Amino acid sequence: MTEPLLSVRGLTVEFPTRHGILTAVEDISFDIMPGEVLGMVGESGAGKSMTGNAIIGLIEAPGRIARGEVWLNGQRIDSLPPEAMRAIRGRRIGMIFQDPLTSLNPLYRISDQLIETIRTHLPLSQDAARKRAIGLLDDVGIPDAARRIDDYPHQFSGGMRQRVVIALALCAEPDLVIADEPTTALDVSVQAQIIDVMKELCAERGAAILLVTHDMGVIAETADRVAVMYAGRLAEVGPVRDVILAARHPYTAGLMGAIPRLGENLVRLNQIPGAMPRLSAIPPGCPFNPRCPRVMDHCRSHRPALSPIEPARKVACWLYPEVTEA
Amino acid sequence: MLAFIIRRLAQSALVMLFVALIAFVIFRYVGDPISSMVGVETRLEDREIMRERLGLNDPVIVQFARFIGNALQGEFGISYRLQQPVTELILSRLPATIELAFASALIALVVGVVLGVYTALNPRGYFSSGIMAVSLIGVSLPTFLIGIGLIYLFAVELGWLPSNGRGEVVDLGWWRTGLLTESGLRSLILPAITLSLFQLTLIMRLVRAEMLEVMRTEYIRFAKARGLTRRAINFGHALKNTMIPVITITGLQLGSVIAFAIVTESVFQWPGVGSLFVTSVRDVDVPVMAAYLMFIALIFVLINLVVDLLYFVVDPRLRAGKGH
Ligand SMILES: Nc1ncnc2c1ncn2[C@@H]1O[C@H](COP(=O)(O)OP(=O)(O)O)[C@@H](O)[C@H]1O
Ligand SMILES: [Mg+2]
Repeated sequence: MTEPLLSVRGLTVEFPTRHGILTAVEDISFDIMPGEVLGMVGESGAGKSMTGNAIIGLIEAPGRIARGEVWLNGQRIDSLPPEAMRAIRGRRIGMIFQDPLTSLNPLYRISDQLIETIRTHLPLSQDAARKRAIGLLDDVGIPDAARRIDDYPHQFSGGMRQRVVIALALCAEPDLVIADEPTTALDVSVQAQIIDVMKELCAERGAAILLVTHDMGVIAETADRVAVMYAGRLAEVGPVRDVILAARHPYTAGLMGAIPRLGENLVRLNQIPGAMPRLSAIPPGCPFNPRCPRVMDHCRSHRPALSPIEPARKVACWLYPEVTEA
Repeated sequence: MLAFIIRRLAQSALVMLFVALIAFVIFRYVGDPISSMVGVETRLEDREIMRERLGLNDPVIVQFARFIGNALQGEFGISYRLQQPVTELILSRLPATIELAFASALIALVVGVVLGVYTALNPRGYFSSGIMAVSLIGVSLPTFLIGIGLIYLFAVELGWLPSNGRGEVVDLGWWRTGLLTESGLRSLILPAITLSLFQLTLIMRLVRAEMLEVMRTEYIRFAKARGLTRRAINFGHALKNTMIPVITITGLQLGSVIAFAIVTESVFQWPGVGSLFVTSVRDVDVPVMAAYLMFIALIFVLINLVVDLLYFVVDPRLRAGKGH
């Protein structure tokens, strides 16, 4: 069995505030295999971005990784000195942000941003880096790349800019790409193209993807496995097909009810009533219990741990006897 | 771009016309030009003849048009006090003021940017807090107090630097510079620092605020996520974006530096246009006052134009003319 590319173990991210410590991400563990696409879904505020930022070492103060470990290719990276972590960012882990309109520096030519990034990580001359940059723009589907490369970001449309962002993330051939809602800010008509470009280029290069989104449709079409987050915790992890066809966690089942165009053998569930609790008001027991259609007394006082219930499947819900207490 | 420049030029002309109107009103109605020119014993009839000959009985519009016509040719009349053409007088004093203003703008810009960047990058350090506290004092103390303090310390107590005048100057024919002699440079230090302090604190606080703002943007986060070095992020991506407002403010401040040089020049007896203006106010030397007003306005307008053009150079979004 191959070793995982990325292994997150018991990751906990905290924000000290005047009203006490807020836990944005609590005790989450998951693996990503080389070349695998792991989808991560959950409502806004579930802690998806925070997880991505923690992996790449960009949690902004006063937030901090309070507990847990992040391993990349057998190397522990969450406790590296800043300079060593910087060398990993962009080189071994690439990142794609949500809004291409704000991700690119407006005062720098595309060529400057690409070449600067390439030469930060690879020992290439200016000319060689420029060739590589043009090749990358070509790959991400920018027409007439050799000419467009010296344009400024504002001269590109939103979709084209996101392609540039993908080129920037793939500059130094990282093993893992973290894409944080890469299409949320884009026009619906280009969303599918952007996902396709990203998926195809990563597949060619053998790069794994952590694809963060709240769009189950995208996950269904793109990911190999899916991790469902709720209130800073993982509710369920499993192969996409299995999770979609037979969600184990009532929250996942509710989310599935929100996807358009699904297989006929699926029972459509109603949208989940209520809203995700604020970080300062996460209830004891299972954090989902106030909204859960199948809540039991036990759920209100005991917190379920993400536990294996089938091979390759984990869930944190007291409906399953295999589940242990956190 | 061309349309933009033409529009700016038109606006500038309008501003100058308005200032010219004020200058004209001062020139024409503060005191009586005739009594300023002649002695008390001149007879009334003679005065009336002079009045007629100088066109002071013409309709106001005609007089104003003549004033503007003369101004366009650099004619502002004869100084009552010094009996010298005003334009000549101002031009002879100009090098001293320009050298002082540029020296202090340079100090303000360099030190202001360095301190601003430093305090933005180390927001919680002791040194940063110290600088911020001192800068608060810097903006609230009046210039002349700072000048007098510096004179007391460095000229009177320590005797390191001269406290007044320009030192030795070298005449280049069209420009008398103090920058080529040691005594000239030494004389420049105290007034330049005094004049720079206010702008320096302003620039520093501006750079700091802008830099903190820029550091929070998505493109800086994305630059970090690409593993760019701290140096490339701080001094490339962040500083470049910080410089747009800083260039504007510094440029616009250059006008006020020249205008505010009045106080500094008086304190240090610096022979520039500022001290010329102060003595002309004291002696009600109206042509000098009016010309000085026009001159300061012209500098403001020119600087504004240059700053607008610099904007184009720095910001590609404006250059393309389709920014948002
Ligand atoms: N600087 C901060 N201080 C305190 N809480 C924060 C801060 N930044 C984010 N959070 C909280 O962390 C939680 C997770 O946020 P995030 O990871 O951005 O959610 P998602 O990406 O899933 O929408 C949210 O509840 C958010 O309010
Ligand atoms: Mg997010």
